[in-house]
Amino acid sequence: MKEQLRSETRTLIREEPDIVSARSAVRDLAAQLGFSNVYLTMIATAVSELARNILQYARTGEIRARVVQNCSVPGIEIVASDSGPGIADVEKALQDGYSTSGGLGIGLPGVRRLMDEFEISAASGTTVTARLWQRKR
Amino acid sequence: MKVPILKQGNLLIASIQSALSDDDLTELREELTRMVGEKRAKGVIIEVATLDVIDSFATRTLRSIAHMARLRGADTVIVGIRPEVAFSMVQLGLSLAGIHTALDLDDGMELLRKLRERPES
Repeated sequence: MKEQLRSETRTLIREEPDIVSARSAVRDLAAQLGFSNVYLTMIATAVSELARNILQYARTGEIRARVVQNCSVPGIEIVASDSGPGIADVEKALQDGYSTSGGLGIGLPGVRRLMDEFEISAASGTTVTARLWQRKR
Repeated sequence: MKVPILKQGNLLIASIQSALSDDDLTELREELTRMVGEKRAKGVIIEVATLDVIDSFATRTLRSIAHMARLRGADTVIVGIRPEVAFSMVQLGLSLAGIHTALDLDDGMELLRKLRERPES
């Protein structure tokens, strides 16, 4: 029997081991699309930073990932959402070295550099959407 | 303890076997800092070849292990960072500046040997 391909994953982020679960779930999904090891590592690293942000600022939230298409180019979309306090100054949060938590301040600007597309909405809670497209071989 | 730590001569070798959570990394830091004193180690090697992700927290913890070991009189070398992990770390803006690194265990031991031979300044 042919193994059914999964097209999305959802991981609740409530405690610190969930970070590891989220990054392996998203990595496995992206592996089905044929991303190379370099890109799989970039995706897993981005998920790790986003999940840690959720724990640090909102305590709970979730990481969802799904397969997306753009003009027949497949890609992966990661959505990290929480209903925490949001971000007071999004522009500032995207600057390298800025952190309100005493962290490295590398999370969001770093994730933006790792992925092809990056959107953030911080009106009520925070939702970060990031996409990476499969490269042509 | 999730990471086995072997003592070889006056070296401690911590060989990471699987993906580590933040708590596992913090535990490794406590354990190594304690063992440097207990075993009177002069060098610490941390093998990270099995880590598929080294993010900001892991980088910060590895750096603090090296600094703490240094304060306890031991040099630390991080060995085995995978090429794709190195790529992601650079993209993310993470660095292990000031921390000794080597390609593999053999090179790491060689580097520690050289460090111990350096003239005291």
